[in-house]
Amino acid sequence: MPSEPKNGSLAEIPLGTTAKVVSVEAPEPVGGRLADLGFLPGTRVTYLRRAPLGDPGVYELRGTQLCLRRTEARAIRVRVGA
Amino acid sequence: MPEAGEAAPPLRLGLIGSPNSGKTTLFNALTGLRARVGNYPGVTVERREGDARTEGLDGRRIRVIDLPGTYSLAPISPDEAVVSRLLAGELPGVAAPDALLMIADACSLERSLLLVAQVLRLGKPACLVLTMIDELHARGGDLDQEQLSAALGVPVVAVVGHRGIGLAELRELLPNLETWGRPPLPPPDDPRERSHWAESVLHHVLKRPASRSRVSDAVDRVVLHPLGGTLIFSAVMVLFFQLIFAWATPAMDVIDAAVGALSGVVRSVLPAGLLADFLTDGVLAGVGSVVVFLPQIILLFSLLYFLEDLGYMARAAFVVDRVMGRIGLEGRAFVSLLSSYACAVPGIMATRTIPSPRHRLVTILVAPLMTCSARLPVYALLIGAFVPATSVWGPIGLQGLVLLGLYLLGSVSALVAAAVLNRTLVRGEGLPFYLELPPYRMPPLKLVASQVWSSAGAFLKRAGTIILATSVVLWVLITFPRPDVSAVATGTTAQLEHSAADALELSAADALEYSAAGRIGHAIEPVIAPLGFDWKIGVGLLASLAAREVIVATLAQVYAAAAEDEISLREAIRNDRDPRTGDPVFTPATVASLLVFFVFALQCMSTLAVMRRETNSWRWPAFAFGYLLALAYGASFLTHRVVHALTT
Repeated sequence: MPSEPKNGSLAEIPLGTTAKVVSVEAPEPVGGRLADLGFLPGTRVTYLRRAPLGDPGVYELRGTQLCLRRTEARAIRVRVGA
Repeated sequence: MPEAGEAAPPLRLGLIGSPNSGKTTLFNALTGLRARVGNYPGVTVERREGDARTEGLDGRRIRVIDLPGTYSLAPISPDEAVVSRLLAGELPGVAAPDALLMIADACSLERSLLLVAQVLRLGKPACLVLTMIDELHARGGDLDQEQLSAALGVPVVAVVGHRGIGLAELRELLPNLETWGRPPLPPPDDPRERSHWAESVLHHVLKRPASRSRVSDAVDRVVLHPLGGTLIFSAVMVLFFQLIFAWATPAMDVIDAAVGALSGVVRSVLPAGLLADFLTDGVLAGVGSVVVFLPQIILLFSLLYFLEDLGYMARAAFVVDRVMGRIGLEGRAFVSLLSSYACAVPGIMATRTIPSPRHRLVTILVAPLMTCSARLPVYALLIGAFVPATSVWGPIGLQGLVLLGLYLLGSVSALVAAAVLNRTLVRGEGLPFYLELPPYRMPPLKLVASQVWSSAGAFLKRAGTIILATSVVLWVLITFPRPDVSAVATGTTAQLEHSAADALELSAADALEYSAAGRIGHAIEPVIAPLGFDWKIGVGLLASLAAREVIVATLAQVYAAAAEDEISLREAIRNDRDPRTGDPVFTPATVASLLVFFVFALQCMSTLAVMRRETNSWRWPAFAFGYLLALAYGASFLTHRVVHALTT
């Protein structure tokens, strides 16, 4: 890996990047539901696409494609390049 | 144990899986479409049950229960709570299932295992069905079924429901459902540990992971492209309305002719009199003029369900989520509003998938503004009669454009109303927005057909009950009381023969004015006159309070009563003239005003009833009825004024 591992939120990673979930920092029931959908520590998430109007985005994880808005994506802490 | 001689209660098998897992297809395959559809007590989540074509070991029937699709057993919406409560046997009057059939998409097993873990913890006999195994292989993936079965401690069957693959194997397993395995060690409860558990299961089972669907990827590059996506979205919408109008016409003409012919047969068989009038002008004219719109409704539902099953609807929700966010809603509200194009009742029921109570209430309140299929008969009648069938550009006709305009007016009003309601009346905090984009899948036509069939059936049932009842009541109101016939029969025989036609027409029109319906219509005329409506339209509007499309049946009855010969309704309303002034009753201003009235007014008993059930009080349906009536009256008044000024 050429670049240093970097921590940030899922909303900040560039299009096409894959990151690993570090933690989900959202109050219930948002946090619990994001976990149910598969956003759990260690899960690999790829930012696939942006909606024509800029938000929401499509993320691929655990063999599925999910749309999340920026608001929810911000609550998911990820590590890029690890 | 069941008593000897008594029918044992059926074994109950619950189908559980996330949305898009192929659960409905499997349910249809197991039960052969013999589903009983109803609602769970206290809530309005659809309850689908059916007997499996396979019996249990001791000859007991197996009742298959199709549970609502869910990602988790920890509910965050009333919709999801049904699943966990039913599994725990906490739903009054609904017994907990004896065994569970878990359905998981083989391509997204890594995610599905999180739900599987929760289900296995329930400790009930369970079996895992892997769907889309053909797709997994096509995408280069492979997994070891036996290893998976060993890891989970339950039987695992791979099924391709619509092709019948694996079904025989599953049917062989069904009779033994009480002895299906339970995991020796239940999977962990903690989400983090559950994730590790899923990972380790997958590590042992997955030989090769599936690559991303190349077809879906390629299609999405276009469908979700900023420019391409918007163009396709618009094209789908235009196509939608153009097809409904153009393609449905031949079939509608056939039904129209058939009803006319049936009416002729009744008239020729029965002696002229009240009974023949009742059957033709009351029953046949009433129900016939609604059934004639069945082709349009079938086309509409076909397209909606096809796009949904294809995977496009989720994309549409994704594309418009930003817009919905602006007005304080979310992409799923769009899907609910889009369903309301067919009928507000399923649209309002679909709001149960929206986790936020605030989003839900606002969506419910604006859903009736979406142009439902019950408005189509009204629009079709008025547009067909008064808008020339000229071409504007190639195959795009003026009639289709006017219809599109009405749809747009309704849709834009719904969005504006939602934004206003969100900022004023309804407040509260939001819940997370998430939406799965399933890979594109060509839906099995049988599945689409079964969904269309059940929806069209519901529409027909409405025509058969509410509308038939209203038709009969109206016929009575239109026919009675009858004027004294001897009053008309004055003058010499020669005079009578000379003006026989005039006299007959006069007497029929007089009879209508003399009837109870005529009197009610006259009584409300002062209120509706500013909108350009006469008492005959008033009779129709009153009747349409039951259901919008009833106005077509009512006008058919009103005009069949007023015109003695069998001319079509379109021509009858086109030729109708005010007896005092000789001016046409349906002026451009009146037609425009009536169309606009139907865009806004909430004339639908079923919608009000479902609103009451969903919000658990009469407060919100009463509010919706009131604000939409005020909107309708104001908009119609303005439209009438403006068009009148422009056309005279």
